Amino acid sequence: MLKIAKYIILDIVRSKVLLAYTLLLLAISLTIFLSDADVTKGLVSITTVILIIVPLVSIVYATTYYFNAAEFTEMLVSQPISRRNILLGKFIGISSSILLAFFIGVCIPVCLFAFSATGITLMISGCLLTLSFISLAFLTSTITRDKAKGIGLALMLWFYFSIIFDGLVLLFLTLFADYPLEKAMIVLTALNPIDLARILILLQLDISALMGYTGALYQQFFGSGIGIVFSLLMQMIWIIVPLFFALKIFKKKDL
Amino acid sequence: MEKIIAVKGLKKSFGRLEVLKNVSCDFTSGGVVSILGPNASGKTTLIKSILGMVIPDGGEILFQGKSILNTFDYKRNIGYMPQIGHYPDNMKIGQLFKMVMDIRQQDAVDTELLKAYQLESMYQKTMRTLSGGTLQKVSAALAFMFNPDVLILDEPSAGLDPLAAEALKEKILEEKSKGKLIMVTSHILSEADEISDHILYLFEGQIKFYKTLTDLKLETGEQKLSKALTQILSSPSC
Repeated sequence: MLKIAKYIILDIVRSKVLLAYTLLLLAISLTIFLSDADVTKGLVSITTVILIIVPLVSIVYATTYYFNAAEFTEMLVSQPISRRNILLGKFIGISSSILLAFFIGVCIPVCLFAFSATGITLMISGCLLTLSFISLAFLTSTITRDKAKGIGLALMLWFYFSIIFDGLVLLFLTLFADYPLEKAMIVLTALNPIDLARILILLQLDISALMGYTGALYQQFFGSGIGIVFSLLMQMIWIIVPLFFALKIFKKKDL
Repeated sequence: MEKIIAVKGLKKSFGRLEVLKNVSCDFTSGGVVSILGPNASGKTTLIKSILGMVIPDGGEILFQGKSILNTFDYKRNIGYMPQIGHYPDNMKIGQLFKMVMDIRQQDAVDTELLKAYQLESMYQKTMRTLSGGTLQKVSAALAFMFNPDVLILDEPSAGLDPLAAEALKEKILEEKSKGKLIMVTSHILSEADEISDHILYLFEGQIKFYKTLTDLKLETGEQKLSKALTQILSSPSC
């Protein structure tokens, strides 16, 4: 398992796409920190950008890589290794390479300019977000046989989680405006890894007062120890569950 | 002779298309089996089922008496050369060989083909820059490298230059004399004629016949495999 991961990392690290992603993240972080003296504002800006770019790149890159290496997977299956180890090895390999890019592009600048509780939350949420979208990418890649369909599905998932989901939540809020929805909102948040990350980071910034009553409730719940554990747990579920299903499908898949 | 692979009632369909319909056959060690048949007759699917790359819908495959379902250790005894090899783009040839050794936990025992194809001088080339023929050479060298008991070659000479194809043929005959089972799919009948002991003819997912080459020639009274095949396939009884 780790051997396959090692060779995949060696392969990806040499690719230009990953280098471009690293430089992009680095450029964003550095420009924001250098142009704005207020570190907190800088963190908010970075959060906004990261919540869009990180999931998109993670899911699309992982799906593309998975399909480009399809014949290589075939070759691995003809070798004496279990399918489980092949898929998990790939997951570890791809995710550590993308995490490395995130680490260089975001974690290092944040540590240098804004090392605080918020900064740490930002780094952890970013890492977990990367992992959960790679996990989703594995699910889409194992479900579909065709590269175009796989990438299409990956893009749709990203579109759903970053845009459509919020629209649906708004619709839900307007439709049921007469009912107390605060608890339901917490459950809804848990259904979207991007929202989980966003709320965790924003709550560290003490600007939840701007979010009204729901914000106060969020603060009460997600600000508490249990809330943080809950959201971390939910993000872990977003990593483990898609990967689990991907594994189940991959074991039965014809290559 | 020792029965090494046994296929029993193998069934596989992709969607509505039935690719293998109840295929049963045994393969013994020490011989070359040519798997022939028109396109889409199920040759590659049969091979891939034996390798565990395609999961059959019904029936079972035994390798040295044990079912291969959900196992992978038996692949240690198989060398496989795919129709078209694809390897990580940024990897160099040398690294690829090292990686497979690392994964299999076996040392490169047999480097004859590696030398015959002069691959060692190209160790620094990345996979992306290789031509189709060179990739085939790499795949062939990999298949023979670990001295496996069974060799499965899917259209081995497609894309190889005449010299390389000749070297591969000699290698196949040499391994046969060591008592190995070699399964080859091919469309080139003259080549199958030279190397095979048995001919397995698949047609629309069923075995049309599975005979030794000499029997086949005796029955038809022909000297060449291509003529013998034409005669058998054109006769209405078959």
